[in-house]
Amino acid sequence: METLEATAPTPDAPASGVGAGPGVRRRSWWRRLGPGAAIAPFLLYSALGIGIPTLGVLYYAFRGNNGGWTTENVSAVVHGIYLIGFENSIKLALLTSIIPGILGVFVAYAIHTSRSQWLRRMTATASGVLANFGGVNLTFMFVATLGSTGVLTLWLAAIHINLTSLGFHLYTFSGVAVVYMYFQIPLMVLVITPALVGLRPSWREAAENMGASSWRYWRHVGIPVLMPSVLGGMLLLFGSAFAAYATAQSLTTGIIALSPIQIGNFINGNVFSNYQNIGYAIAFGMLVILAAVMVLYNYVQKRASRWLH
Amino acid sequence: MAPLDAPSSGLELLAEETAPVPAFSTGRARRRVRWWRGIVLVLTGAFFLVPIYAGLRFSFQGVDGHYSLSTLKELPKAQGFTAALWLSTKLAIATVVVAVLLMVPTTVYVHLRLPRLRRMMDVITVLPIVIPPIVLIAGVLAVAPLWLKATPYLLSLMYVILAMPFIYRSLDAGLLAIDLKTLSEASRSLGGRWYSTLLRVVLPNIRPALISAAVLTLAMVFGEYTMASLDLWTTVPVWIVQFNGAANGHIQIAAAMAGLVVTWVVLTVIVSLDRSQRRRARG
Repeated sequence: METLEATAPTPDAPASGVGAGPGVRRRSWWRRLGPGAAIAPFLLYSALGIGIPTLGVLYYAFRGNNGGWTTENVSAVVHGIYLIGFENSIKLALLTSIIPGILGVFVAYAIHTSRSQWLRRMTATASGVLANFGGVNLTFMFVATLGSTGVLTLWLAAIHINLTSLGFHLYTFSGVAVVYMYFQIPLMVLVITPALVGLRPSWREAAENMGASSWRYWRHVGIPVLMPSVLGGMLLLFGSAFAAYATAQSLTTGIIALSPIQIGNFINGNVFSNYQNIGYAIAFGMLVILAAVMVLYNYVQKRASRWLH
Repeated sequence: MAPLDAPSSGLELLAEETAPVPAFSTGRARRRVRWWRGIVLVLTGAFFLVPIYAGLRFSFQGVDGHYSLSTLKELPKAQGFTAALWLSTKLAIATVVVAVLLMVPTTVYVHLRLPRLRRMMDVITVLPIVIPPIVLIAGVLAVAPLWLKATPYLLSLMYVILAMPFIYRSLDAGLLAIDLKTLSEASRSLGGRWYSTLLRVVLPNIRPALISAAVLTLAMVFGEYTMASLDLWTTVPVWIVQFNGAANGHIQIAAAMAGLVVTWVVLTVIVSLDRSQRRRARG
């Protein structure tokens, strides 16, 4: 870069203007700095708010009790209760990404093919609103619904269905899974609707003109075209369920073994461990899993854009 | 269905007879689609509406089972609620102010002068979605200096990060919808300085995007629990969880429902406004 600037002919310093050099260089530095300076606050803020905390997590994940580098924290995290935490988190995320993913596609398709403009508009708005709001408020809405004196619990008890005896407990894994569906299904509807819009009616007409049944159209055209988008949507759902803390924590008061809750318990100081920095190692593990999810997501997005858009 | 003597219906019947396979199969498919569509929509509707009904019923029902406004009236008097609401409000205002001051000039500048950096902005602003808030706050509490950890506004600074994805996307879409280059050149050729261009030309044109971004940010701050609870500040969601539900569990539910209903109403209005704005722009 410097050589480029030095050789660039300028009216002030035609050939070997050593004296004029610094002035020219300062001006072009300023020019180079100009655009950067305008977005510097944003870059600095992102670095301080995202970069440094993330690096902090990585740093402490590999620091021992008495300082010094170690992999003990990380190897402790892939054993025992912390491994169970990861397993539960992944199970929960799989459960609440595959089921709402499939349901979301059906709901989106039912709405997309509906002739009622009102229904379509209302669901689009409702999905946008519901997909964004998990957390504490949702927890307490479900306490009113499926808690021990909840409205639905009492309705079902009236027809002699006892959810507890069926293995459902609001304040454990199964309850968390049901509550997650409340924001996962709308999220899937939001994500998959553009792909359904991109499914051209002419493809269906072409298939029908060649005598294909509805099933054969879906088997050979619809499902293959939609599949990457559906998988992409499910990966997003996986990430959102895997990372969620507030809903699970407020519902189970932190007794369920999920990785985010274990990190929370660690920050709160509710953890006795031989490894002081165990929480950061769990956080590091979550980042590794989410990075893998993002790589997969980028891959299926590329596949999805082959037919749609 | 149609009267048989009408010629057109006869033609249709004929057409169906000559090409029975596709007509028959589509007809059946369409009927089947409508049939399962009904079931899917009713079941989904029930799944989403029953909890809302249950939450509202608990909010309007006293512990004695009678319907009244007593639970909602007790809410402001409940121990610590007003303090939590005030803290959440202060954090929300600070978050929106910092977020707007940070994101608006940056996004406008990138659109105007550095369109090549839009890709980089996309990547940076998606990071807060990829990195879980629980991991971010663990890192923040590990590295933040003590004086920063002593103030609740550390939460505001982090909420700006959490709000970045949707603020940036909202502004980005808003700026793409207007002819920013022509507008700013017109303003500059009339002698407008950059800040008057920004304040008097660009901002009024992206006002809907800005308002929806700000409202989403407010809603996010009022509902955020992860960071607030771990940073040990009693914002409204933290208060709801910590409130002694054994005394009157209906108050917690009423507070949660009040939060949900307000957010839903405001967001629905914003989404509808946004849509009518877009339709007008297109038409």
